[in-house]
Amino acid sequence: MGFQPIKFYQTGTYTVGNRLLSPDQRSVQAGESRSNSINSGHRACQGCGEALGARYAIDAAMAESHGQLIAVNATGCLEVFSTPYPESSWQVPWIHSVFGNAPAVATGIAAAMKVKGKTEVRVVAQGGDGGTTDIGFGCLSGMFERNDDVLYICYDNEAYMNTGVQRSSATPPSARTATTMPVGPEPGNAFGQGKNMPEIAMAHGIPYVSTATVADLRDLEYKVRRAMKMHGARYIHIFVPCPLGWGTASNDTIRIARLAKESGLFPVFEAEHGEVTSVLKIRRKVQVEEYLMPQKRFAHLFGTRPHPEMVARIQDIADRNIRKYGLLDKEAA
Amino acid sequence: MIKPFAITLKPGTSLANLTGTWRTERPVYLDRLPPCNNACPSGENIQGWLYHAESGDYEHAWRLLTEENPFPAVMGRVCYHPCEDQCNRGKLDSPVGINSVERFLGDEAIKRGWKFSAPQHSSGRRVLVVGAGPSGLSAAYHLARMGHEVEIQEAGPMAGGMMRFGIPQYRLPRNVLDAEVQRILDLGVRLQLNSKVANIAQSMQDFDAAFLAVGAHIAKRAYIPAGDAAHIIDAVSMLRSMEGAEKPLLGRRVVVYGGGNTAIDVARTARRLGAADAIIVYRRTREKMPAHDFEVEEALQEGVMIKWLSTIRQADEGQLIVEKMRLDGKGMPEPTGEFETMEADSLVLALGQDVDLSLLEGVPNLEIKDGIVQVSDNMMTGYPGLFAGGDMVMSERNVTVAAGQGKKAARHIDAFLRGTVYQAAAKHELADYDKLNTWYYSDADKTVRPMLDIIRRQTSFDEIQGGLDESNALFEARRCLSCGNCFECDNCYGVCPDNAVIKLGPGKRFKFNYDYCKGCGLCAAECPCGAIKMVPEEI
Repeated sequence: MGFQPIKFYQTGTYTVGNRLLSPDQRSVQAGESRSNSINSGHRACQGCGEALGARYAIDAAMAESHGQLIAVNATGCLEVFSTPYPESSWQVPWIHSVFGNAPAVATGIAAAMKVKGKTEVRVVAQGGDGGTTDIGFGCLSGMFERNDDVLYICYDNEAYMNTGVQRSSATPPSARTATTMPVGPEPGNAFGQGKNMPEIAMAHGIPYVSTATVADLRDLEYKVRRAMKMHGARYIHIFVPCPLGWGTASNDTIRIARLAKESGLFPVFEAEHGEVTSVLKIRRKVQVEEYLMPQKRFAHLFGTRPHPEMVARIQDIADRNIRKYGLLDKEAA
Repeated sequence: MIKPFAITLKPGTSLANLTGTWRTERPVYLDRLPPCNNACPSGENIQGWLYHAESGDYEHAWRLLTEENPFPAVMGRVCYHPCEDQCNRGKLDSPVGINSVERFLGDEAIKRGWKFSAPQHSSGRRVLVVGAGPSGLSAAYHLARMGHEVEIQEAGPMAGGMMRFGIPQYRLPRNVLDAEVQRILDLGVRLQLNSKVANIAQSMQDFDAAFLAVGAHIAKRAYIPAGDAAHIIDAVSMLRSMEGAEKPLLGRRVVVYGGGNTAIDVARTARRLGAADAIIVYRRTREKMPAHDFEVEEALQEGVMIKWLSTIRQADEGQLIVEKMRLDGKGMPEPTGEFETMEADSLVLALGQDVDLSLLEGVPNLEIKDGIVQVSDNMMTGYPGLFAGGDMVMSERNVTVAAGQGKKAARHIDAFLRGTVYQAAAKHELADYDKLNTWYYSDADKTVRPMLDIIRRQTSFDEIQGGLDESNALFEARRCLSCGNCFECDNCYGVCPDNAVIKLGPGKRFKFNYDYCKGCGLCAAECPCGAIKMVPEEI
């Protein structure tokens, strides 16, 4: 990730801010003048990863576009908790149409701005994993294929949360949801490919694809700002833990995201025109158990009737990611 | 307002929705006690002064440091730094080099000529301090800054006490000591040298209070049958004579009897005086040795030899008779009856020191037990207005403890003069390692660690090589984890999903907006230094 070499400040670059850094090296979130795109009073659950990830991302996009930003929102938690009619938490121009058409609406707005000659106005579309990998999938693929000038951000919490935690095509194997109950010989969601949206986006050969987590704000901000410097269709996939749907403590949201990255289950990388250009290396490697055990949606893998063979299969997924993306430094491995 | 089609309500903001009502636990900011501060015998606010050193504001750091201890350049050389033993960073990679940064600040102050600020007001009260050692000087310094008039009466020809007459020059150059003593005198403290107090009750008549810090200068003796020609001296006189023009004549083969830091100092000094062999004879084992391990190690590196489990039975010209010992079940040495002879040109006894209490004769209501003056919690002896501290009341005798004693005594004397009782502020809860979220601290990178080790080596070889330079000191200071005390990393401000943390600006930290805080606890979990705590809401 090399946007800033580690310096021996007492906290390096891992904290949100740092009084010892010069102002231009600090994160957007550290600034008192950040736009706070989603304001207080929204109805997200305690410790919501999506509310946090959305503010991180849209604040960074606002900073990069100098406040000239229009945000389009698919239906989903983010839309429901931020904007119960007639009140809204959004402090940016914001539009919601229906569940499946956010990419198409964004395409239309980008085209309209072009026609009006407002080239400084940038467009961001955002949705959850349901609105992205399932319901909005067709529109999104079209947006990529046409290379429309839109940054699409997916906040991935791995299921349909606001309707009561139903499975999506981003739900990981063996996770319990309302529709994949922990029963039978292989409890929870079936093992399978699911839809790996970042790789599908890369397969479209669009200018920029990257992944990020709420556990690494600086990396996330770097990626949003980098995407905003480009034109054409861009895609960022942000991993946002959901305390409600995953059965985690509300103060564990960031730790869980960190463990997903450090175990290798969620590879953090960026790609241009279909090719991976950089990966965020694992810093303190952990086994997948450490990530799975704090989550009640995986409770059936442990406890009195454990499923070590399923844990092993999940570890295989992590190990494959580590190999495939080169997530470990040679000396650390 | 003309509303668009099908819209019947005015748009509103979510700020109307006070989500703080969801909360069952609330985060609160707090300062926890960093382990280094907790361990410091002088009560220095180490984390506090490192904070200023981190931003390169060395003068501010020095001023905060010297609020507790007026001798940073001395401490940075001779303190045994228990702070570093407790440093939480030691569990991460290696402890912050607090002692070396302290030395850097002390040297910087001497180089730049920083002075203590004069007291704001004068109390008109007079205090007599007896003894110009670390404890007496420290008390004089604090009393002067509190506005009292202070006079020090010192029996010896120079100020510094054991800092001058006990600690060898290779550990503490005298110009450093002189500079730090002079800075205290510049506050208006009067120093009377060669002025031995014979009767304290009489001497303190002109004063409102007196502080006794005469130290422990009388060498303990052990009965060793000795021939007429045997050359036996004690460690205190030997180290003291190092300060005079006539260096002690010890010969080529010197035996030191004892196992404390003084024994080590004597042996290392003997080596520097040209002794081919300096041998320490100690009756127990290395594990039981009271000397600090690193000093033993350094002495061994310098070629000092140590004979364990041995006592000296007889001293004659040119040779000693030594009896071998063994440890009994309780770890106490017992004689074995096996003897051997050792060649020795001289024998130095380093068996501990006693206090000269003759000046206390005739003072009513004093209690003296085992040669140690008994004082109450406020350091006052049984005689009103007469306080005592330093080596003469302490069992653990070193410069840092003594300086801390002086500070404590000054506070109690100040309270006594104002007719009140000094109450130390309650200690904050300890910021131990499990309060930290160490993810956020940089690793000392592999490419950098060797450089770090070199810095360390430089500091432990003190006067042979200088201290840290500015960039190294800054680097070392920035390794501080700031345990338990907010260092404004903005993590809480950043990680709150509800924007319920208000940033108050540089140096002003943060506050919570409890109208919207849902009590998720992310701020507390992600605070690197453990400066946020979740407490249950009252329901």
